[in-house]
Amino acid sequence: MVEERNISEEFQEAPPRVSEWKRFWRVFFQRRIVIFGLVILAILLLTAIFAEWLAPHDPYRGILKDSLEDPSSTYLLGTDIQGRDTLSRLIFGTRTALAVGFITTGVAAFAGITLGLMAGYFGGITNMIIMRIMDALMGFPLLLLALLLAAVLGSGIQNVIIALSVAMVPGYARVMHGLTLSIRENDYILAETAMGASASRTMLRHILPNALAPMIVLGTMQLGTLILAEAGLSFLGIGITPPGAAWGAMVNDGYRYLRSNPQLSFAPGLAIMIVVFAFQLVGDGLRDALDPRLRGLL
Amino acid sequence: MTELLKVDGLATYFKTESGVVKAVDGISYHVREKEIVGLVGESGCGKSVSQLSIMQLISSPGEIVGGEVIFEGMDLLKYKANGPQMRSVRGAKIAMIFQEPMTSLNPVLTIGQQLTEMLDLHLHMNREMARERAIELLGIVGIPSGENRIDDYPHHFSGGMRQRVMIAMGLSCNPRMLIADEPTTALDVTTQAQLLELMKDMVDKFQASLVIVTHNLGVVARYAQRIYIMYAGRIVESGTTKDIFGDPLHPYTIGLLKCIPRLDEEEGRKLVPIEGLPPNLINMPSTCAFLPRCSYKTDRCYREPWPPLIHVHDEHYISCYVNTKEKISEPKTK
Amino acid sequence: MNQKQNDAILDIEDLKMYFPVTRGLLRHKVADVKAVDGVTLKLKTGETLGLVGESGCGKTTVGRCVLRLYQPTAGQILFQGEDISSYPEKRLRAIRSKIALIFQDPYSSLDPRQSAGNIVGEPLKIHQWVGSKAEYNERVEHLFSLVGLDPSMTDRFPHEFSGGQRQRIGVARALACDPSLIICDEPISALDVSIQAQIINLLEELQEGLQGLSYLFIAHDLSVVRHISDRVAVMYLGRVVEITKSRELYDNPLHPYTKALLSAIPIADPFVEESRERIILKGEVPSPLNPPPGCSFHPRCFMAIPECSQVVPPLREISDGHQVACIRV
Repeated sequence: MVEERNISEEFQEAPPRVSEWKRFWRVFFQRRIVIFGLVILAILLLTAIFAEWLAPHDPYRGILKDSLEDPSSTYLLGTDIQGRDTLSRLIFGTRTALAVGFITTGVAAFAGITLGLMAGYFGGITNMIIMRIMDALMGFPLLLLALLLAAVLGSGIQNVIIALSVAMVPGYARVMHGLTLSIRENDYILAETAMGASASRTMLRHILPNALAPMIVLGTMQLGTLILAEAGLSFLGIGITPPGAAWGAMVNDGYRYLRSNPQLSFAPGLAIMIVVFAFQLVGDGLRDALDPRLRGLL
Repeated sequence: MTELLKVDGLATYFKTESGVVKAVDGISYHVREKEIVGLVGESGCGKSVSQLSIMQLISSPGEIVGGEVIFEGMDLLKYKANGPQMRSVRGAKIAMIFQEPMTSLNPVLTIGQQLTEMLDLHLHMNREMARERAIELLGIVGIPSGENRIDDYPHHFSGGMRQRVMIAMGLSCNPRMLIADEPTTALDVTTQAQLLELMKDMVDKFQASLVIVTHNLGVVARYAQRIYIMYAGRIVESGTTKDIFGDPLHPYTIGLLKCIPRLDEEEGRKLVPIEGLPPNLINMPSTCAFLPRCSYKTDRCYREPWPPLIHVHDEHYISCYVNTKEKISEPKTK
Repeated sequence: MNQKQNDAILDIEDLKMYFPVTRGLLRHKVADVKAVDGVTLKLKTGETLGLVGESGCGKTTVGRCVLRLYQPTAGQILFQGEDISSYPEKRLRAIRSKIALIFQDPYSSLDPRQSAGNIVGEPLKIHQWVGSKAEYNERVEHLFSLVGLDPSMTDRFPHEFSGGQRQRIGVARALACDPSLIICDEPISALDVSIQAQIINLLEELQEGLQGLSYLFIAHDLSVVRHISDRVAVMYLGRVVEITKSRELYDNPLHPYTKALLSAIPIADPFVEESRERIILKGEVPSPLNPPPGCSFHPRCFMAIPECSQVVPPLREISDGHQVACIRV
């Protein structure tokens, strides 16, 4: 047997442990505007969770005689045609926004990552089929595709989620495909094949974890886009319809009363803007913190 | 022979997140006319950074923090990095050939355009003359039928040919000195041999000096007249080639020579590795940087700062307190 | 079992590996890159065979064929007597624990997201080499100390180690399931000179200590190959041009390419260099897409005659164990 060597010599100069976490948090919080975005998202989350306690009135049922009221001490942002409190609807709208955002992202990411991973790893026919389908889907503008699907499926929050999920899949698949191709070039993937690892082991344990960082960034940034898309769908009358409280739908409803009660459309519109912006900021910060080399690429 | 270049106390530091990296920490050397000098060391020793410093090609976070570079009687470091005087030196008086032939040529310009650019810039040749001269240069560096190839793009050439184009560019303005930074590491052995012979022929023909920056001791044994050995940003031994190889005195030099396999070695020769790891250049102690890996160390080495270059004889200098000839190497204690 | 001790652990017979070049949407073949064009080699148990050559010579491809990372176009690869050249992936699995690979680049050969211990122990998991968690940990720590790494560092990540240390991790991983053959693909060329010697010595010590471990050592640095190998095979453009004992290759090179290769390598000794003959070849290594007819070296050869372009010289035995592929020898 080979003798035990003087092993303590080897590590005389091993570099001290640099905490990855510390570096991550430091870069993440470096820009104050990212913190601003984070705060907004925190408020969003809390509002969604504590909606019942925060909303002053019932968002779904209104008092008809209070229809189209101006902002007052009772109704801080006024009421809509049915007498429903705008503020309460705005507050409950966060739930819809987040539900659509997260569930859709979850579904689309899962499907997209799986497809992109398989296409990139197996190449050949698998790659051709999957990526051509993705290309075809991407040929449609996001909203148009979602519109088509929603029109076929009908309205309601579930169908909105399905429609948007399908529309978002190609984005994830594309990025994952590219990442898989570049990760596959590394010698450690070759090492896996050489030691007899199965395809699924290589894909799940080696390629996927190394692709996670950019995918997280993509997902975060797409959340903003999703909320916008949902709003767009609702605005177009497809998707969530009143009495459901969704910001896009609210903008749609208030459209007719722009002159008299502008806050009916502007309040939810502003909310959409702020939240999308916040997601972009946080996504930016995550990207810089997770992998500075991605700066400007995603 | 007169001195063409004299570098005195050159120091270049890099400010990083974790501290200051003293990439070049006070080196002094000279190059005479028509001489071939070797600058030898492993990665991180500062050899490439030192040459870039001479050409003032260091950019943030690096900074030349001290020293003089006397070339043709003027201190180059006194010129502004991007000023007209420095630019007239670069390429025309001192030319540099880089390691990576794949990336040192602009892929979207023909090699003719890149060659003539040099000629136009420094020698103010008109288009026709420059083109003729470029074709001539291609011939000199061994690229036949230059008229046909001059309008080709870099990707039409192999690695070896691209390096020849680089050499042609380097020589185009008749420089006094050529600096070759690891010129052959990225190439095949037989191509390396061709190119090194070419460079040697060229400096003979153009009566220029050549500085070869490399980690390959064989290359400098074959071509260089004098050698400087670098470690952790400083010169630890210098002398004629025969001095360094025939009578190595610094523990690092001795260690290097013992640990490289030789084509002509005896059967069963055991390599004696230099134990330990390359130095961490951030926040280095003031004592000798080679201390942790040295087999000749004494108490004095722990107490005193890094030794200055001490004259041994003629041109042979070392930076060490220990007389390695008298002191037998201590084996690493268990 | 003892009979096989002296037999060839690896027997490559007329190996060919062609990569098709395709054009057009339907990918029809227009040409072949003949990366390996008829290579025959034998490696005995416990021996180190060096495979040396310049870019395009096919040495790395030979290594990958032996590992069955490619399916050879033709020829046989006999590993411990079995021809694995056309085994399907399932049958190869068991063999894969016996042939290991060490890579050139210590930075891309280790998964940055896995701890060093997990990297080294992965083959154990794939081949179910050990039973309990305790046995697994013990084996991993043992492997660490075998290669000179502190066993308490198993939970550190690759980026926390230096280049030489990372290469040691790669070696430990290769040793995980007690392989009989390790293919070393340029294992030291990406390391600093002073660290290279450490790894070379490590590989030599392991071979001395572990019975029956053979190496196929692929590299372009002839000095290193000569040092570590028992025998050396020189390759040029997909074919073997000369094979012999490593000492003999230096003392008595027969093939003109070998002579040129040796002369091109500078020796770290100015006194020796002064008296050496220098053979400078003209031209460059041709592309494997378009190899010259007959002997692929003839356009650059200083000994070439007209016949050289007409016939592919076979590998012939000139003296004991010394084979050359040249009609002028």
